[in-house]
Amino acid sequence: MMMFYENVRLALFSLKANKMRALLTMLGIIIGISSVIAIMTVGQSLTYTMTESMSSLGVNNITVGLQQKPQEEETTEEGMSFGGGMSRQMADEEDYFTREMLENYCETYEGSVVGISVTEGLGQSKLQDKGRYANVYVTGTSLGYFLANDMELQAGRYFSGTEMDEGRKVAMVSSIVVENMFGGDREEALGSVLQVNLGDKYFDFVVVGVYKYEQSAMGMSLVSEKDTQTDFYVPLKTAQGISHSEGFSQFTVITADGLDSDAFADTTASFFAPYYRNNRDFQPMAFSMASMVEIMSDMMSTITTAIAVIAGIALLVGGIGVMNIMLVSITERTREIGTRKALGAPNSAIRLQFIIESIVICLIGGMIGIVLGVVLGMSAANLLGASATPSMGSILLSLGFSMAIGIFFGYYPANKAARMDPIEALRYE
Amino acid sequence: MSRRAVIELEEIYKRFYIGTPNELTVLNGINLTIYEGEFVAVVGASGSGKSTLMNIIGALDRPTQGRYHLDGVDMVAAKDRELSGIRNRKIGFVFQTYNLIAKTNALKNVEMPMLYGGVTGKKRVDRAKELLTMVGMEDRMKHLPEELSGGQKQRVAIARAMGNDPAIILADEPTGALDSGTGRMVMDLFHKLHKEQGKTIVLITHSPELAEETERVVTIKDGCIIGERQGTCV
Repeated sequence: MMMFYENVRLALFSLKANKMRALLTMLGIIIGISSVIAIMTVGQSLTYTMTESMSSLGVNNITVGLQQKPQEEETTEEGMSFGGGMSRQMADEEDYFTREMLENYCETYEGSVVGISVTEGLGQSKLQDKGRYANVYVTGTSLGYFLANDMELQAGRYFSGTEMDEGRKVAMVSSIVVENMFGGDREEALGSVLQVNLGDKYFDFVVVGVYKYEQSAMGMSLVSEKDTQTDFYVPLKTAQGISHSEGFSQFTVITADGLDSDAFADTTASFFAPYYRNNRDFQPMAFSMASMVEIMSDMMSTITTAIAVIAGIALLVGGIGVMNIMLVSITERTREIGTRKALGAPNSAIRLQFIIESIVICLIGGMIGIVLGVVLGMSAANLLGASATPSMGSILLSLGFSMAIGIFFGYYPANKAARMDPIEALRYE
Repeated sequence: MSRRAVIELEEIYKRFYIGTPNELTVLNGINLTIYEGEFVAVVGASGSGKSTLMNIIGALDRPTQGRYHLDGVDMVAAKDRELSGIRNRKIGFVFQTYNLIAKTNALKNVEMPMLYGGVTGKKRVDRAKELLTMVGMEDRMKHLPEELSGGQKQRVAIARAMGNDPAIILADEPTGALDSGTGRMVMDLFHKLHKEQGKTIVLITHSPELAEETERVVTIKDGCIIGERQGTCV
């Protein structure tokens, strides 16, 4: 223990004596550790932010869609085989889920399904009235859509059951539309008639509700608030009437709280499977938002780790730098080593002395690197708009790792010192 | 009068490049006994083998053949690990070039053999201070070697050699790098250690005048002891 303390003191001493050299040696470690920490911090912050915003879309949701059936590989005359990518087809109207299927589904799982969110995009349009305008995207929705997306109603109401069933021309507009078209007067907006241009036809819609427009956490709008395109919601049946489509290529199921949405996704997929038994190309698939979030964060952490490993190469180079300097150091101090041996230092004590010196260099470099990495990572994460959380795990790992580098790259020079012949060492000029 | 032998060398041979045409016999059957409390000079021209002899006596090297007992320990049978312990406890080295550890103050230098010997804490510091006081360096304990003159460095080195109260002090040309005035001072210090503390001292030198001051002068030539006579300091 005494020896250990003396060696640490000695190591600090020899670092102080060669400040510039010590700093340059540490630089490799500093850069390596700080980049690993910075990348881990940014990565974890981004993962956290992304999963947060995905979870806010509803962890209870299950997305149901169509998937191409696995096909036997077709072989061309030349003997080349093409994967699915070559023969991929788009699902057609006849492949879509029908209203009847959805009604059956809702009845079968009445207790588990809270609502179904279906949308039918009709395309973008511009609302115009007396020189005022607003950019909108016309979307037909089911009532479940509002539930699934946690929308805040500012004025008026959602569509009524009758309006939905009969496909009336009613609409819900965003607060931005109210701002642009009615100067922010919601009462004036409610009940007003807006003319919407779709394709080459004009349709009149009565505004029944105003929802609060919220900028999405992920997207950043590059245009002014006035030009921002917002959703113009109309009843699903109305939209289908305009587009002359009957089915749905995909929809979202809102499940009851406390239901295992992963398992229910499988149940859902098997419920729809019989409808597609005779379909040549497509089969239904369903996945829960929870599993999406999981896949997403898994993917993010894999990417983060991969980049961190690349940054780790800088650490390796730093470690080699440490070894290099330690070799120079023991050559310079050959006489000292000889003297210590003559004074009775066993080989193990000499080895310990130089390994500790190498560890001290790496640990100091590591600590500087951690501070630098946390600062870098946090400012980068802030720039990206993610909430920065320096990862405690990666800090501890880095400390341990820099110590390991010290031992690993210090061992060879230290051992070389320990095995020096004292007579030769004492004679060294 | 029967005195206890501290160093017993019997038929010591040291050969290099064994089995090659260049085989070189540096020590050719050395028989030497040094008793407790003796002050012995080993003289010889360069290339005579006195440095090799010193390395063997100092447990830095092993003889090719022969028997060597230091303070009753069989040095030929001892393992490397044991030899470093023996160097630490039984031998005090004083080198021509001082060999103080750079960037380490006088006190820490003197503490070093005690550190390796496992002497701890205050005991070690007190002993180091006592030794530095003995060599007249009490005012410069916190000085670095770079800040000391040659004579002062050698005095620190002698204090360091005394750290673990060794059986012998082995001084290799201790005044070789000093001017005659400071060299005198260092020699006086050896005489003081010899007379007042009864230390066994082996002085290796090529200077006949310095050798003359000791109790016994052993002359080496071509790896053999060619003469032994009494010095003036009997």
